[in-house]
Amino acid sequence: MRYAGIDIGSRTIKFAVLENGKLVFSRKSITSHDPLGTARELMAGVAFDRVTATGYGRHLIKGHLACPVISEITAFVLGAHFFSDDCRSILDIGGQDTKAISLDEKGNLCKFEMNDRCAAGTGRFLEVMATALGFTLEEFSAAALTAKRAEKINSMCTVFAESEVVSLISQGADRNEVALGIHKAIVSRSAGLLKRVAPTGKIFFAGGVALNRCARTLLESEMGVPVFVPPDPEIVGAIGAALCASENV
Amino acid sequence: MTDYTEMWTSLGLDVDGHNALLAGLGKAYTDIFLSQKDRPEGMKYFDFVMSEVHGLRIKELVDAKAEGRKVIGSYCVFVPEELVLAVDGVAVGLCAGAELNFEAAETLLPRNTCSLIKSAFGFKLGKLCPYVESCDVIVGENTCDGKKKAYEILGPLVKDLYVMDLPQTKSEMGKKLLKEEYRKFIAKLEHVSGKKVTPASLKKGIEIVNAKRKAVIRLATIRAADPAPISGLDSLLVNQVFFHDDPVRFTDAVNKLCDELEERVKHHKGVFPKGTTRVIVSGCPMAVPNWKLPMLIESGNAVIVGEESCVGERGTRWLTEVKGNTVDAILDAITDRYFNIDCAVFTPNPSRVNYVKEMTKKLHADGVIHYSLQFCQPYIMESGPVEKELEKSGIPTLRLETDYSLEDAGQLKTRLEAFNERLKRK
Repeated sequence: MRYAGIDIGSRTIKFAVLENGKLVFSRKSITSHDPLGTARELMAGVAFDRVTATGYGRHLIKGHLACPVISEITAFVLGAHFFSDDCRSILDIGGQDTKAISLDEKGNLCKFEMNDRCAAGTGRFLEVMATALGFTLEEFSAAALTAKRAEKINSMCTVFAESEVVSLISQGADRNEVALGIHKAIVSRSAGLLKRVAPTGKIFFAGGVALNRCARTLLESEMGVPVFVPPDPEIVGAIGAALCASENV
Repeated sequence: MTDYTEMWTSLGLDVDGHNALLAGLGKAYTDIFLSQKDRPEGMKYFDFVMSEVHGLRIKELVDAKAEGRKVIGSYCVFVPEELVLAVDGVAVGLCAGAELNFEAAETLLPRNTCSLIKSAFGFKLGKLCPYVESCDVIVGENTCDGKKKAYEILGPLVKDLYVMDLPQTKSEMGKKLLKEEYRKFIAKLEHVSGKKVTPASLKKGIEIVNAKRKAVIRLATIRAADPAPISGLDSLLVNQVFFHDDPVRFTDAVNKLCDELEERVKHHKGVFPKGTTRVIVSGCPMAVPNWKLPMLIESGNAVIVGEESCVGERGTRWLTEVKGNTVDAILDAITDRYFNIDCAVFTPNPSRVNYVKEMTKKLHADGVIHYSLQFCQPYIMESGPVEKELEKSGIPTLRLETDYSLEDAGQLKTRLEAFNERLKRK
């Protein structure tokens, strides 16, 4: 049997197929103005027996595809288990939301916290700040890692922080130090969410922001525990949904 | 339908704005309540009350006033209806549950004021609440700082605002303060009504209110059954109508509803399948038409089996036990009863979390959803320790902070679904 999961996120849509407990296929695409169309394209021509949807657009697909849905939280718990069996918490920083989840000894969902209604301190925040500094996302992380000290960024609001960055630059601040300051701001906010769910051990870091090496390093030092990043941190939710499809016999 | 335009005009309402409000309310009611499956027959009475909430009920208030009875409005469960009834007055809860006219409210209040307070101002400033406009006296009460300071601003806007002080600790001094405040309130009521409070009139008031509370406690007890014989939304509605309706007629309607529900329980009939995830909602009050969170919970395959809230068990779970035959002795009994209320303005407030635990057990709930209105400092502050204590006792808890707007409905839905999945996997 081939089990599929589709994770319709606010910025990207991810699709994964499992067979005999192994990941056999995955791809992703920008969500665009037409998430349903994008989801269909991603799934087109791929064989699978059952599919489960997750992500903020999960209910959107429900009316068009006869498939069950699960929340992102459960999808990440299942997906994290696929990659690692010794993590005690999950941090997912996605396009427009951040989730912190703690797990019990058996890897079951314990507590979770999510950011409030706006995109403060999410992947979208990093994107906007990178653009404001004239970096690509890859350059942004690399530049931050070269800085010896960080400029303090006070605002976590995407709009206010952008004007803060612009004013720091106009005062002659070092671009790399501003970049590090931004990374520190987002990591300390996410760590705050994590601490609220009171994790005890290794952290599973997922979502697009886990690809950012600077964020990873800062998270490790802020939390004082090892951080595990799966080979493809963006696909975790889709894999979790696929695992759920395999459970729902 | 009866045309109440003349009555609304004479009360000074903004009739066009008010019509728009009623149209919106009617649609929301149809979508949220009437669409539910297998509703008890007994809910028809409450449907009728809601359809006439600004019509027939207001006419009753106007008629009562014509007979010389006084209408006393309030915003809090600390204001004893018994005392109002003892001077043959009518007690009504005032409108504070809709996101309405907040722009106007924000000209007088800071933006970061809770929705409940903003709504009360929105209704008043927009001339949209016929209850407020019918009141001879509006009773404010010093619960949280937000309300306390808001009453200072509300005072000049209404005919007669009477502010009652409240204690903040469950001490002997606190109880004395409450009793003295109730004594002063009696004097105020006697003054406006021209009627004297007597042991007999107090006892009659207590009897009516006790009967009303008993009926609602009976409803709360029946909800322990699985499958749930009534939805959380409908039960919340009964608790909301508690504040507006004629108390004797309301009591009768709730008891009839309970007769029907007891039959349902006997035949294992419910509104959700047996085994549906059961939750308790604990926290801030939900005034009409604040149905957002229960709607999101129950449309997500969970059923609410109890409300630990002012619009719910915190407002209703104690009866007044009359001892003695003097006004003073009866006032002691009333004070004893109200002094139990475990509002988060009290410090410390351990009985609240203990009761949430007790409710979880007796109603066979799987988890607790702690609901705080954004900017409601007492409940938000208390939510952390409450969550910790409940989790420590093995009761899964989800803390939510929201307001009356629908902009966060998607985010709330995700949290609720995840919580439900957590409870199911337990």
